Amino acid sequence: MSSNPNSFRNQPDERGHFGDYGGRYVAETLMPLVLDLEREYRAAQADPEFQREFDDLLEHYVGRPSPLYFAERLTDAIGGAQVWFKRDELNHTGAHKINNCIGQILLAIRMGKTRIIAETGAGQHGVATATVCARFGLPCVVYMGAEDVRRQSPNVFRMKLLGAEVVPVTSGRGTLKDAMNEGLRDWVANVHDTFYIIGTAAGPHPYPELVRDFQSVIGKEARQQMQDRIGRLPDLLVAAIGGGSNALGLFHPFLDDPDVKMLGVEAAGHGLDGDEHAASLLGGFPGVLHGNKTYLLQDDDGQITEGHSISAGLDYPGIGPEHAWLKDTGRVEYTAITDEEALEAFQLLCRTEGIIPALEPSHAIAAVQKRAKEMDRDAVILANLCGRGDKDIFTVAERLGVEM
Amino acid sequence: MTISNRLSNAFSKPHPALVCFVTAGDGDTAANLDALVEGGADVIELGMPFTDPMADGPAIQQANIRSLGAGTTTADVLRMARKFRERHPHVPLVLMGYANPMIRRGPEWFANAAKEAGVDGVICVDIPPEEDDALGPQLRGAGIAPIRLATPTTDAKRLPKVLEGSGGFLYYVSVAGITGKQQAAQTSIDEAVARLKAATDLPIAVGFGVRTPEQAGEIAKVADGVVVGSALVELVGEHGADAPAKLREYTASLAKAVHSAAKASK
Repeated sequence: MSSNPNSFRNQPDERGHFGDYGGRYVAETLMPLVLDLEREYRAAQADPEFQREFDDLLEHYVGRPSPLYFAERLTDAIGGAQVWFKRDELNHTGAHKINNCIGQILLAIRMGKTRIIAETGAGQHGVATATVCARFGLPCVVYMGAEDVRRQSPNVFRMKLLGAEVVPVTSGRGTLKDAMNEGLRDWVANVHDTFYIIGTAAGPHPYPELVRDFQSVIGKEARQQMQDRIGRLPDLLVAAIGGGSNALGLFHPFLDDPDVKMLGVEAAGHGLDGDEHAASLLGGFPGVLHGNKTYLLQDDDGQITEGHSISAGLDYPGIGPEHAWLKDTGRVEYTAITDEEALEAFQLLCRTEGIIPALEPSHAIAAVQKRAKEMDRDAVILANLCGRGDKDIFTVAERLGVEM
Repeated sequence: MTISNRLSNAFSKPHPALVCFVTAGDGDTAANLDALVEGGADVIELGMPFTDPMADGPAIQQANIRSLGAGTTTADVLRMARKFRERHPHVPLVLMGYANPMIRRGPEWFANAAKEAGVDGVICVDIPPEEDDALGPQLRGAGIAPIRLATPTTDAKRLPKVLEGSGGFLYYVSVAGITGKQQAAQTSIDEAVARLKAATDLPIAVGFGVRTPEQAGEIAKVADGVVVGSALVELVGEHGADAPAKLREYTASLAKAVHSAAKASK
């Protein structure tokens, strides 16, 4: 945490506000719990043993540090700035989600909680949560929209193999936001023994802060690796944004480096001009949902509308509150990429680098393509390859009209 | 009659108050509300529908879906409130719901619109005292009571914070959970109400999981008011256009039990 009053890294304030965003908009039943969690998190932050255990698990269980990779053939194919990737898809369970789950389950154990719940959209956070629950021997219930259960059956099976109970949620439209509602309902009814592992940098304070902190290992490593490899920092960071945790994890350690520009990439779905997108920042308005104030997809009456994206990990109608603040301050630029563009970028990376990316970072890769072309070869772009694409091959095959 | 008078009068009657909840725009709201009043409800809670009712169980979730599916807007809810006020000038009316629909057009807008509609109090489930700035000052400025919730997890240290700036009555959520599911043990309610009464002069109304006249009557022996929601909302869901007669009948059975309980001593 910086002591510089003009730092971009000293948010949130003591009430959990990032400027006007964030906060603790929860039912009274949960309020004492989130206050407890904050107290326990502060104690953990001050405890070298907690940090040691976190670091040890990240190294020996997750496989960190993840490599920093210069994508030479992709760079040549695009014809502009050098494209580098932070390879968080090589983590155990295949995405960045596990970083946060390790941190939160250590907190849960510290707090004496004996039951873990989580929500999941595409299933990546559900798999990561089920994984750490198996590792620590805690029972795990994962809420997943019934529609997502159908679309992501391999991940449902993975969670079951890991010993988790997967509860299909039929309320609402049966997607991620409904799964989160159900997670909150479970939590409110089981406050005495249950810890809710939220999967992104959103929810009531202190979740946005602690998820960001656990994910910041991505940016801390990348900063050091860049110095070691090229002796300087990158010119531009790029990351995809659903709730925004992988982007914050990469961006946060660089926020006070004025020469490093940052680009967050939302899902434009079928295009921002219609309703079929998941771009809360570019196509939404500030409001309150799931414990925090942030940009939301909503109508004139404040009713929440459904996001759409080819990537199940991005179609959430909200966004972490720190991104809302970073947008308003102008520190981070935000753009959006359509389903079509992401699908193109997905195939491009497969063919040029032999890496099958998840559809989430495919959005980032598409944005990199556009930007790199306008930059010189000595410029450096660092993008977060936050997940591998095995889970998405069925969706991609369907979109490409291939029978599997 | 001024706003605060209607609520305080309802809790100054010689008997405990019956507080009845239905969701706005679910069925014929005007007829449903009239039936509650005719059945003997002392305070009306009108639920503002929301797409993501995180604190509600299946019954009220379904009511929200039915209402929004029928196209209910915020303007409709306010119109229903205003019409109710015209028909029932003396019955207190409380809007209950979630933050986002309330603050969408700005908290001043909502507080003024609610005041013009004759609303006496507002219960916002997801604005705890820590976030009071989001709506509380505007409600108080408009003379509308911000009604807060206390729960089994609200400990003695926290209670003063919950009470500060709250008005109308204190809504005690008798179970840690969502609406309409489990019911709390009577002894835990007795203890909690005694604890709350020692801390505030606000009337205490107890809700969540109260379904039957027997339960309501037991709670009315210790509390100033009893809130019934899901059981009424289920009648609306089940009987649709025929709901008013059922609501009137069920409310009457609840009112009989609540009103015949001895008024709790302060």
